[in-house]
Amino acid sequence: MFRFIVRRLLQLVPTLFGLTLLLFVWLHRLPGGPETSILGERGTPALRARIRHDMGLDQPLWVQYGKFMKRLLSGDLGTSVSTHRPVTTEFLERFPGTVELTALAMTIAIGVGIPLGYYAARRAGTARDHVSVGVSLLGICTPVFFLGYIYKQIFAVNLGWFPTSGRQDVTIDATRITGFFVLDGLLTREWDAAADAFMHLVLPALTLASIPLAVIMRITRASVLEVTQEDFVRTAESKGLTNRVIRGRHIMRNAMLPVATTIGLLTGSLLSGAVLTETVFAFNGIGAFLVTSIDNRDYPVLMGFILMIAIVYLLINLIVDVSYTIIDPRVRVR
Amino acid sequence: MTLLGGKKERIDRLGELAGAPEEQGRSLWVEALRRVRRNPAALVGAAILLLFVLIALIGPFFVPYDPTDPIGIENGEVRSGAGIIPGPSAEHWLGYDHQGRDEFSRMVVGARQTLWVGVVATVFGLAVGSLMGGVAGAAFALGGLWGKRIDSLLMRVTDVFLAMPSLLLAVTVAAILGPSLLTVMLAVGTIAIPIFARLLRGSMLAQSNSDYMLAATALGVERKKIAVSHLLPNSLAPVLVQGTLTLATAIIEAAALSFLGLGNPDSAAPEWGVMLADAQGYLDVRPALAIYPAVAIIITALGFTLLGESMREALDPKLRK
Repeated sequence: MFRFIVRRLLQLVPTLFGLTLLLFVWLHRLPGGPETSILGERGTPALRARIRHDMGLDQPLWVQYGKFMKRLLSGDLGTSVSTHRPVTTEFLERFPGTVELTALAMTIAIGVGIPLGYYAARRAGTARDHVSVGVSLLGICTPVFFLGYIYKQIFAVNLGWFPTSGRQDVTIDATRITGFFVLDGLLTREWDAAADAFMHLVLPALTLASIPLAVIMRITRASVLEVTQEDFVRTAESKGLTNRVIRGRHIMRNAMLPVATTIGLLTGSLLSGAVLTETVFAFNGIGAFLVTSIDNRDYPVLMGFILMIAIVYLLINLIVDVSYTIIDPRVRVR
Repeated sequence: MTLLGGKKERIDRLGELAGAPEEQGRSLWVEALRRVRRNPAALVGAAILLLFVLIALIGPFFVPYDPTDPIGIENGEVRSGAGIIPGPSAEHWLGYDHQGRDEFSRMVVGARQTLWVGVVATVFGLAVGSLMGGVAGAAFALGGLWGKRIDSLLMRVTDVFLAMPSLLLAVTVAAILGPSLLTVMLAVGTIAIPIFARLLRGSMLAQSNSDYMLAATALGVERKKIAVSHLLPNSLAPVLVQGTLTLATAIIEAAALSFLGLGNPDSAAPEWGVMLADAQGYLDVRPALAIYPAVAIIITALGFTLLGESMREALDPKLRK
């Protein structure tokens, strides 16, 4: 097992290296440059050239790449061109928001998706099954940003139950410890701040949960259906075991393997930034900031953020693979 | 075990289980087609798609107004004034859009543009992805040590693409190419490249151990010929299914790009994604302007998804009895 993990970690190195190279060449091909967003319309060619020179952008691309890699290997991701703060700081400030959002969204998706999938599978072929499957397909086919706007319009603007945007009400002066707003509120016993931060999470999380919920529901349904047809379930039934025991011990434990994998992969993709959801709710996570950074041609932020996201994503994939061998002893790692 | 198995389906299966003689010698595709035809979900999906394609192809010839003509604008104000966008009437079935154009005509003509975006994006992703996956799979299956290296290299490339969040990948492509309709198509298609590549390669590897491959190799058939006329055709099924599903996501992702301001800059040309993105600014005034294109996108995506999922189930050997 240990050797497997080490080998997989080593395999990440060439992937990440390839990603830095690809990203670097690719991003610097973006038309315009940071000087355009800094100077705006006022920029004269001379001014532009001076800024480009100051930032080292007039050097050959491979020299720039070499400098970038040298800094990267010493753990320095550089400074943002638009906010003039270290990229690492920017990331650490926004990533907790995305983590909180992902956590709540996945809780909703798992909490509703798995029971619904089980329910549909046990009633396969009935009208209730058709309705559940149909609703989950609708979830997949609805544009996320449209769903977000609908929730916002109904529950925030019209009914006023939830705040429309942001992570925390500006009137609340909360103490920051970890950057996780809900957690901070709980740690410092500022209950109103925790509750407010949570309320800010609800609508974005509901929006973000729609696709994972649908996917988890459908995987659970398919998996439960498959396991239900196994001989050992029939044996359990004929032994006269109660439905609860059959469901818990025989069906669900075996059916959860593919579901666990899917949950891992979905978590990875949500953590990589819910660009659309964060934009709709003006939620200060990594997704929305990335899109702004593309507009600003903020190369250090783009490189740093995408690299960090890729590392998180690849590590989660690794954890999924490892956890698979723990859940199912029959799977052996090579 | 179909997506929406009906009574007929269950009766048929009972018959098979009771030992009714199976028809002999049907090919994978004939069998799959039979299963798709018996599946109500597939039929619903196919009906939606047929309607969509019909509207897209012939609808634009019958629209009552020019979809780009701001007929509702008088003196710079949308008619019937006070900043209110007029709703449905006898002359304008779905009312005006925010620039005083006939919404119904825009919806109909938009179907063609939307279909076009989805098809071009999918074909682009499928072509490039299949080329990568096909070369990797063939090299791995037939190419010996060097083949395995080529395969490994190509798969590392797809890993790099997959390690980037998909929407971000599209946004970067869109930003590099500059805003245009073609950009949207290419950006959305790029997301699908690694998926198609991995899928075709996986499918080819699964086929490479089959008896007919052994037979062809034993008979001394040229390796290039084995790859092209034996391995590839037998491995294409999952790719085509994925293509149907990608058509659905492509339409949705194109809408997302428009929403992020990276869509077709020519918003006079009606496309559902652009219309939906534009309408977000008028939700307070007239939410229907967002709802029409949204519902159209959802129904169309649903059609592609239903058909694609049914095809996937029909081709799944585990489900074939």
